Amino acid sequence: MKVLYFAWVRERVGKADEIIVPPDEVKTAGDFIHWLAGRGDEYAYAFENPKIIRVAMDQAHVKHDAPIAGAREIALFPPMTGG
Amino acid sequence: MANVRIQREDFDAGAETAALTRGRKDIGAVVTFTGLCRDEGGTLQALELEHYPGMAEVELTRLAGEAEARWPLQGVTIVHRFGKIAPGEQIVLVVTASAHRAAAFAAADFLMDYLKTKAPFWKKEHRPDGSSPGWVAATEADDSAARRWSR
Repeated sequence: MKVLYFAWVRERVGKADEIIVPPDEVKTAGDFIHWLAGRGDEYAYAFENPKIIRVAMDQAHVKHDAPIAGAREIALFPPMTGG
Repeated sequence: MANVRIQREDFDAGAETAALTRGRKDIGAVVTFTGLCRDEGGTLQALELEHYPGMAEVELTRLAGEAEARWPLQGVTIVHRFGKIAPGEQIVLVVTASAHRAAAFAAADFLMDYLKTKAPFWKKEHRPDGSSPGWVAATEADDSAARRWSR
């Protein structure tokens, strides 16, 4: 699936997007964030406080308990500050 | 049907309002809100607005549709800019039109509260010396303002 990062999550990870196929045991958005945090120092830094990370699946906001099976695009970002 | 645009370019609030009301005789009230970039007492050189292309349009269209479902509106326009914006420049425009003012005021207020907390935009601050204090943090005040509308 395509994974997108925005704002300081993007800066900490060091890239805007990548293609990732998570292992089968990663079921939910929360699992995915936890699993990503174990991929290296930059990911550990970006996801050191998983609770504040917001998730969009195929361009719609979802909660951390949402299953990720079937998602084509997952975006991870800080709380929004538009307007 | 709402008119929703995400763009780098500036906008003309008067022209957007005229486009919304042109040829209409059923509109009794138009509320426009324009959000500008502040200089924060001279400490800000620019705001850099990042957005999630694709989702930003989808989310603003969804929010406009929610406003249209909640209030009897004759029209909604939302324009949100991205890129580097200097103090004094415009960031966001919301225009709501209805037969009576209460719906237009309420819908514009609702749209701004939801836009600040649901639309995928992020602001990074730049100082006059070229440094950056970082990304603007989301505020509890904005979150609690948005919660007023939950039902």
